[in-house]
Amino acid sequence: MSLETIQIEHVPATHRVHVALFRDVSNADFLQSQLLARNADFEYAFIDASSVASRLQLLSAVYRALTNLIDGTLQTNNVHSEVVISLSPSNNIAEAYRRWGITLGKTKDIVVAKIIYPPSLPSPSEDSTAPAPTLPTTEDIWAHLSENVKGTPVPLSDEQISKSTDWPKLRKYYALNGLPVLAKITDEAAKVKEMERLIIMRMALRGL
Amino acid sequence: MATHAPPVEFALPQVLTYPASTPPFLVAQGAEGRLYKTTHITSSRPCALKYRPSKSYRHPILDARLTKARIQAEAKVLDRCCREGVPVPAVYALDAGGGWLMMEWVDGVPVRQGINVWLGERPEDDAVPDAEVADETPLVDLMNRIGEAVGALHRTGVIHGDLTTSNMMLRPWAGGQSNGVSGEDGEKKKAVGGDVILIDFGLATQSVADEDRAVDLYVLERAFASTHPRAERLFTHVLEAYKQAYKKAPSVIHKLEDVRMRGRKKSMLG
Repeated sequence: MSLETIQIEHVPATHRVHVALFRDVSNADFLQSQLLARNADFEYAFIDASSVASRLQLLSAVYRALTNLIDGTLQTNNVHSEVVISLSPSNNIAEAYRRWGITLGKTKDIVVAKIIYPPSLPSPSEDSTAPAPTLPTTEDIWAHLSENVKGTPVPLSDEQISKSTDWPKLRKYYALNGLPVLAKITDEAAKVKEMERLIIMRMALRGL
Repeated sequence: MATHAPPVEFALPQVLTYPASTPPFLVAQGAEGRLYKTTHITSSRPCALKYRPSKSYRHPILDARLTKARIQAEAKVLDRCCREGVPVPAVYALDAGGGWLMMEWVDGVPVRQGINVWLGERPEDDAVPDAEVADETPLVDLMNRIGEAVGALHRTGVIHGDLTTSNMMLRPWAGGQSNGVSGEDGEKKKAVGGDVILIDFGLATQSVADEDRAVDLYVLERAFASTHPRAERLFTHVLEAYKQAYKKAPSVIHKLEDVRMRGRKKSMLG
């Protein structure tokens, strides 16, 4: 099973994060249509892998979305779309969906993030005999994902992500072109590391 | 310190009450905030979390507004510095409403400590020049790196506001450039080696006025003289390197003369 369960630091034990990476997805358009239809079965963050630089970047966005979820400060409908906009350095939600979400006819590799958390507790005065809704298990999610995403699952490692990354695009999205700090670095690997650092910083500063 | 009563247990900020691989460690505590060492995303990524607790003596609305504005200002300054290549820690995450800012963890010790190790732990006897005055090059090099860092900062249009040798870290060089030298000499050399990283931008402002830059330098000069009286004469090297790193330095140094004559405050208010 290529669905990874991740323990992120400083996230309540009640919240669970799953991630996966699919290559050469043939039904990206279908997946997008399900998101647009707000089909509750398709509550995932589908992210265009070419707009992702690293695992750390992705998880930083997941962390921010979780923080907003816990604080009740979500800016979008649900925590999954919040993951997508948390990747963006700007407050323009439509633009964030365009750049980091699925693009019709273009998106090939897809990063999936799924956040499982208990629904807000009903007040105790209400019918307490009602059974607590059961949360889907990791197997349930994987079954649904592997059935509906037509692509090749691969582990979500930095190495696999880097194969999809479109750096010229990312440099534009995060305004990294012509930065003095990058001009000074000659080593290619060090440059990528520095860009990742700046990208995470841009994401953290969204909205300031 | 250990002999006194146990330190006051502060209430943790909400964000630190959730599970993490290692418990948060209170590194420092100031009037305005507390600094914890903790982790970001994965257990292998250490970070510093600066938390500004709410002040009960302030009106709640004002309190929330001040805290938020200060966290945001600090994050913006760090972002600007990082993009321009000024050596500062990167911002990992923040919650201005919650009053916290998560930053890159900088390894090493404060410059203050490095210089003191170099000078030895003797009491201040700056009048007596050491007979066996060893080669001072490593310390002079450190002064140069300090000047360079401050020059880069001012070039970017940022005023630190609280430049001291405690607000600069010495991040050890990867290989350790003093290998080959052993014994006490090697240890001392190592103590002043490393990259200078500027930290604590809690009082930083963005300004392009020479006056503000001169005051920044003046604060450093005074702090340096009182923290390291025996190395005071080496401060000129900081200014020299500053001039090299920052092309408008001459007019700032000129202003610095004025500031030295009258002190930090221009307006005599406050």
